[in-house]
Amino acid sequence: MARVDIAGVAFVALALLTLGSAAIVAFARSVMHSAAGLLGVLCGVAGFYALLSADFLAAVQLLVYVGGTLVVFLFAVMLTLTSARAASSNEPIATGRRAAGWATIALAFALVTIALDTIWPLGEKLVQLPTTAKLGHALLGPYALPFELLALLLLATTVGALAIARSAVKVGAEP
Amino acid sequence: MKVTLEHYLVVGAILFSLGLYTAITRRNAIGILLGVELVLNAAALNFIAFDHYVAESHGPAGQVFALFIVALAASGAVVALAICLEVVRSHRGLAVDDLARLSR
Repeated sequence: MARVDIAGVAFVALALLTLGSAAIVAFARSVMHSAAGLLGVLCGVAGFYALLSADFLAAVQLLVYVGGTLVVFLFAVMLTLTSARAASSNEPIATGRRAAGWATIALAFALVTIALDTIWPLGEKLVQLPTTAKLGHALLGPYALPFELLALLLLATTVGALAIARSAVKVGAEP
Repeated sequence: MKVTLEHYLVVGAILFSLGLYTAITRRNAIGILLGVELVLNAAALNFIAFDHYVAESHGPAGQVFALFIVALAASGAVVALAICLEVVRSHRGLAVDDLARLSR
C-alpha cells in the first residue's frame, strides 16, 4: 500500500514538472527560456521511465538527451542569438495562432478520449524489475541489424553536420 | 492513487499537443525544433508505457523503439542545428517565413 502511494505521488510530481516545463517551451518569448524548459521536460520524462521499470532508458535519457542534445541546443541558441533581440527571439506567428491553438486543443481532447475509452489488453501482473539485461540481449539478438544501422546513421550524421557547419569557413570549396 | 496506463497516455497526449502547437506557431527555427523534441518525447513515453502495462513479455520491444527514438532525435537535432548555423550566416536570422530559399 505504501509503495503504491509513493508511486502515485512521484507520478503527480513528475507530471507537473513535465507539463509545466512543456508549457514554458511552448509559450516562452525567448528561445533561451524555451531551451531551458526542455531541460525540465527531459528530466521529467526520465523520471517516468524509471517509474515504468525502464532503468537503462532513464539513464540514457539523462546522459544522451540532457548531457548531449540539450547542450547542442543551448550552443546553437547562443551562437545564433543576437543580443538586441534576445528577449523576443521566439515570437509566435502573427496570424493563425488562435486557429492553431484550437486545433491542437481539439487534437489533445481526441487523444485523451481515445486513451480513456479504449479497452487496452493489459498484462496480468505488473513487475518492477530492472530490464537492462533484457534490453542488451534484444539489441545483440533480434534487433542487431537495426542497431548496426543506427550506428551507421550516427556516423553519417556526424560527417554531415561537420560538412555543413564547415562549409561556412571556406565558401564554395567543395572537395 | 494507483497509477494506470491511462495516466501515462493522458500525459503523453498533452505533451504531444504542446509540442505540435510549438512546432506550428514558432517563427524561430530552433523554437520549432524544440517543439519536435517534445513530440518525440511524448511518443517515446507512450512506447515505454505500453511496454510496461500491455506487452505480454514485459519485454524490451518498446524500450528498443524508445532507444532508437532517442538516437534519431539526437542525430536529427545535430544536423538541423548545423543547418541553423549556416542559415544564420547566410540570411542574418532564423525566422522560417523569410527562408523561401536556402541558398544565397
